[in-house]
Amino acid sequence: MQACDARTGLVLENVAIRLGGRLLLQVDCRIDAGSVLTIMGESGSGKSSLLDFIAGFLRPDFQASGRVHLKGRDLTDLPAQERHVGLMFQTPLLFPHMSVLQNLLFAIPPGIRQRSLRRDMAEQALADVGLAGFANRDPATLSGGQQTRVALMRTLLADPHALLLDEPFSSLDRTRRADIRAQVFEAARRKSLPVLLVTHDEEDAEAAGGEVFRLDQA
Amino acid sequence: MTGRRHSFPEIPTLLVALLLAGPVLAGLAGTVLPAFGYLPVLGYDRISLEPFRELLAAPGLARSALLSFGTGLVASLLSLAIVLVFAAGWAGTATFQRLSRFLSPLLSVPHAAAAIGLAFLIAPSGFLVRALSPWATGWTRPPDLLILNDPLGLSLTFGLVAKEVPFLFLMTLAALSRPHIRDFYRAGASLGYGRMATFFKIVLPQIYPLIRLPVLAVIAYATSVVDVAVILGPTTPAPLAPRLVGWMSDPDLSRRLTASAGALLQLGVTSAALLVYLILERLALSGLRGRLASGHRHRHDGAARHAGLALMVAVITVMMLSLLLLGLWSMARSWWFPALLPQRWDLMRLADTFTMGAPALWATLALAVTTAGLATALTLWLLDARSHNNRPSGRRLKALVFLPLLLPQIGFLFGLQMLFLLAGMSGSFPAVLLAQLVFVFPYAVLSLSDSWARLDPRYTKAAASIGASRARIFWQVRLPLLLRPVLTTLAVAAAVSVGQYLPTLMIGAGRIVTVTTESVALASGGNRPVAALYALLQLLIPLTGFVLAALIPAVLYRNRAAMRLERG
Repeated sequence: MQACDARTGLVLENVAIRLGGRLLLQVDCRIDAGSVLTIMGESGSGKSSLLDFIAGFLRPDFQASGRVHLKGRDLTDLPAQERHVGLMFQTPLLFPHMSVLQNLLFAIPPGIRQRSLRRDMAEQALADVGLAGFANRDPATLSGGQQTRVALMRTLLADPHALLLDEPFSSLDRTRRADIRAQVFEAARRKSLPVLLVTHDEEDAEAAGGEVFRLDQA
Repeated sequence: MTGRRHSFPEIPTLLVALLLAGPVLAGLAGTVLPAFGYLPVLGYDRISLEPFRELLAAPGLARSALLSFGTGLVASLLSLAIVLVFAAGWAGTATFQRLSRFLSPLLSVPHAAAAIGLAFLIAPSGFLVRALSPWATGWTRPPDLLILNDPLGLSLTFGLVAKEVPFLFLMTLAALSRPHIRDFYRAGASLGYGRMATFFKIVLPQIYPLIRLPVLAVIAYATSVVDVAVILGPTTPAPLAPRLVGWMSDPDLSRRLTASAGALLQLGVTSAALLVYLILERLALSGLRGRLASGHRHRHDGAARHAGLALMVAVITVMMLSLLLLGLWSMARSWWFPALLPQRWDLMRLADTFTMGAPALWATLALAVTTAGLATALTLWLLDARSHNNRPSGRRLKALVFLPLLLPQIGFLFGLQMLFLLAGMSGSFPAVLLAQLVFVFPYAVLSLSDSWARLDPRYTKAAASIGASRARIFWQVRLPLLLRPVLTTLAVAAAVSVGQYLPTLMIGAGRIVTVTTESVALASGGNRPVAALYALLQLLIPLTGFVLAALIPAVLYRNRAAMRLERG
């Protein structure tokens, strides 16, 4: 409890995740607002299940101990919907039955009622990632990089208190990758969100620029 | 049998089109002509509107049509609502998985058997009243209430719901198992959306195209059902379809013309119900679309979730109790009201009836095994030919395959019966087989095509790159990998065949008798133990089928860990 005096950061307090009694990983750390922690590990090292645990999706066959605090709030026993944790997946997962704009409107909190304001926010978000004019496109017609940028803005428009990245750059080709990665980190810094990135790519870890935690002991 | 004649890939598609469209179109023609007074065999050779005049003169016709329309549509909408609300609230949870295990076997229960069991449960002298009598109700004899066969068709609606919920549920379950659906759930939750809101706003729009045809099939079936209506439906007047069947078997042959005209009316009633559903679907869709952009999260959906769970548990409980009652009644010798359990048991009569029912059981088995084998083989042939030509199993194929399920059976069975009569094939095994195949084949395609499409194409590519011929790839790679779904398909097809009442009754012409036609005939008689036993016999074949479908791969692949993960 003493570590959670940070009013803004994401705190993982003695978190351990097991599968069938086997210890997958153990983390005890704190991510300040606006900074990035990278967790590196090969596939199967349980790094995705750590994100699942923080976001509230851990499958029942995993056993987890420890607490998660975000902005001084204990998330551990909250349902996923109440956690305000933004999660970016390995694939962009844009909703295929909605337009790009609808995908973004879907994320804007209902407290913002005025239709025109909601629309402006979504359009602005698109412009921020260089996709102005894409509002009415079918997400399926966008390139992988464009989809990832829309997914980023969708995650951010929901006003999360932290950003979790589950190898969201792994599906992109090398040339676009650095650019998009930079946009994601820049956006998170601007919103001063704590960011947790899991990846097996050294370049990702370098670009993140923060602390790196390696899961090689298993 | 299958996969041999690979050089003509169009053949299976053509064959399927012929198999499905042939009997349907021929049957429709054979219904339309007599409806307009043309039936030369019986000496009617002048086109006239007389049959329609007779039809409209039938007492209570409007009410019959309205009953068919109302009970069928309401039952379908209720079933869909229960399934969707339950799936929305619980998909992906342990509760959901546990209940799924109950629902799959319930699907294989033939309609007639379920209806008979339900009748035993809710009749005035049934289990529910007994459980409350006399301590709560004061009744020492069965109350004089019209619970069964109630004039509004409530028990008929209820019986249809109990039977259609498992079907629509399994269709939804199959749709939910598509890749990425799980991830979309997480995407919804991480944006802060409640479980049900995520389902209705994100997941349902993606999976609805997959459950739409099954829903339409349920509506077509429920608005024209005969067996369930005979057992549970109102009698004064009965819904349209059972009345038409009555006219069709009337000794006065001119009634057949009236029945044919009625079959066209039935076509209209079913089309009207389908149309109303399509309009409701439109409205729901535009209502939903308007709500997508509002951002409302609906996080507190606990009450709705539990309501969905309660409804689903109620349906399962009712079905389970009904089946249990079939077992009890088949062994009861005396079971006076209001005793909760039989006073005396009689296993001798059970054995006697079993011997008596043996011929019907053998006929049912022979039909089930042949139709299931043919339907599955044809499905495999079709899928293999289509993958070979790189034609993914498209929507058009599914629509074609579903065609017979979207029409009221009665609409073309009348004509088909007439044609078989003319050909001298009425009441023969091949004729009944063909009529059943039209309805069994769609379910075989439905059951197998998803598993087929989901099989990793790299396996066949790997086999082809080592030089395996197409036949070898089919027999030694695809078929063994798909053993579990293929066996499940065989079991599903056999179960559907056993459940066929109207095709067997109409085309079998009394010479081919199955346990299903027998049990419906017995249900209206007074002998409950015998009716119960025949209903149980109906369960025997599907149940054996599903047990075998589960056991065979488990034994064959007992040393193959990866094959155990493959789900049908």
